[in-house]
Amino acid sequence: MPKTTPLHATHLASGARMVDFGGWDMPLHYGSQIDEHHAVRRDAGLFDVSHMLALDVEGRGARAFLRHALANDVDRLKAPGKALYSCVLNDAGGVIDDLIVYALAPDRYRVVVNAGTADKDLAWLEAMRVKIAPHARLTPRRDLAMIAVQGPSARERTWNALPALRDGTRELAPFHAHEAGGMLVARTGYTGEDGFELTLPAADAVRAWEALVAAGATPCGLGARDTLRLEAGMNLYGQDMDESVSPLDAGLAWTIDSKPGRDFVGRAALERSASPAVFAGLVLLEAGGVLRAHQVVETACGEGTITSGTFSPTLGKSIALARLPAGTAHGETVRVRVRDKHLAARVVKLPFVRQGRVLINLQDEEKETT
Amino acid sequence: MKLPADLRYTASHEWVRREGDGTVSVGITDHAQEQLGDIVYVEPPKGGRRVKAGETVGVVESVKAASDIYAPVAGEIVGVNDALAGAPEKVNEDAFAAWMYRIRPDNAADIDALLDAAGYEKAASA
Repeated sequence: MPKTTPLHATHLASGARMVDFGGWDMPLHYGSQIDEHHAVRRDAGLFDVSHMLALDVEGRGARAFLRHALANDVDRLKAPGKALYSCVLNDAGGVIDDLIVYALAPDRYRVVVNAGTADKDLAWLEAMRVKIAPHARLTPRRDLAMIAVQGPSARERTWNALPALRDGTRELAPFHAHEAGGMLVARTGYTGEDGFELTLPAADAVRAWEALVAAGATPCGLGARDTLRLEAGMNLYGQDMDESVSPLDAGLAWTIDSKPGRDFVGRAALERSASPAVFAGLVLLEAGGVLRAHQVVETACGEGTITSGTFSPTLGKSIALARLPAGTAHGETVRVRVRDKHLAARVVKLPFVRQGRVLINLQDEEKETT
Repeated sequence: MKLPADLRYTASHEWVRREGDGTVSVGITDHAQEQLGDIVYVEPPKGGRRVKAGETVGVVESVKAASDIYAPVAGEIVGVNDALAGAPEKVNEDAFAAWMYRIRPDNAADIDALLDAAGYEKAASA
C-alpha cells in the first residue's frame, strides 16, 4: 500500500493524476503541468509537500549533535527562526540526504528531510544522537502536514486565505520562519519564487488547502515542482546527488561550512577528495529532443553526464543539470547524445530562472551558434 | 476512454485512419497523450522510408518522458505532419486530429488485422 498525505482525498476529488513518489501516492498534475508551472512563476501555486518528514531535535546537546551530523553549521543560525540548507554526509563524504534546518530556540530545531530517504535518515541520525547527545530528543512528526505556497503573489494569497497569519509574517525575511498557533510559517521553497512553506497539524490541512485555493492559488503537482526547481538550479536528491556522490561534485560546495575546529561527519573524506567536477546548467541549442538524466555529454575535457533534464516552460527550451569534467567552462558549447543524435548545448551558470526572471542570456547564446 | 469507432488501433497506442487514397494516417491515442502529459517534441519519420510492422519510426516527448512511435503495418512513409514540430501541444489538444505521418501499406488487409476500438480499450486498460 502506498503512503498517503492528509490531502490525498482532496487531490483525488480535484481530478489529480497520481504517481508513486518514494512510496507515496502523490499528485503529478491536475491537468497541465506546464500551466501549473506558469501559475507559480506569474501568480501563486500550491503544493502538498506533506510526504516530506519534519523532525524535531530538542534538548540538551541538540546543537552539538546537529553541528556534528550536518555538513553546514547550525551555528550560522544566529536569530531564532532562521533556516539553513545542508547535506547529511556519510563517512566517505557521499550525500545521505539534503535538508532544511530551522533554529526555533536554543537547543530546539526543526529539520525537514526528503520523503524517500526519511526512514534511512531517521535511523542514521538516531544512531548518531545516542552517542553524541544522549539527552536530546529526535522526534519524527508524522502528525503534521506541509503545504508550500509559491509565486510572486503567494504571500498575499496566503494572508487572504489565512488572515490570522498576516501580522506575524508580514515582516518575515526570506529564509526565516515564524511559529504561530501550532503552525510554522517559513519564507522558503523549492521553486525559485517568493512564498511560504506552512507546517500545520494534519487535521487542519484540508481546510487550509481549500482556503488557499479559494484565495486564488493554483494546485500544482510534482511535475511542475520538478520543472520549477530545475529552472531554479536546485538539486533533487536521488537524481543530482546520492550516497555515491560528493557534494563538491554536485554544485553544493557552498553548503559545506569548512571553517576549522568543527568535526562533522564526512569532513575528512571531503578534505582528501580530488579536484571536483563542474556542476552546471545546459541549454539545448537545437531541436531534436529533450535533455534527460543519464544522457552523455561530450566536452573538450571528456565525457560528462546529465543528472536532471527537462523541458523548461519559462525558456521554451530543454534544460538540464549536468556533472561535467573539471576544466569545462560556462559559455562552452558541448554535445549531448540524444538517441542517435549529438545535439549542441550551451554550458551555463545556474540558476536559469529566479523570481520570474530568466538569468541566462538567450540572445547571446543563439548568436554565438550561427 | 475517447475512441472513435471508425479508426483502427495498435497495442502500442497508435491510431490508424484510412484516408481513401490507399494510404493511412497515424497518430497517438488520446489515452497515450493523457499518460504522457504535456507534449513538447514530436519527431516523425522521414518521407520515403520503407518500414516494417512494429518498427520504431519516430518519437514523442512530453515534459515527463520520451515514447517511441511505431509503424502499425509494413509500407512506405508517404507524408509527415510538419505542423507538429512548431506546435506539439496539438497532440494534447486533439490527439485524433494530430496525425503524425502517413504510410502506404504494402498489404491493405494488414489494416483490418489491427485492433478495433473495443480491442484497443481492452488492451490499454490491461
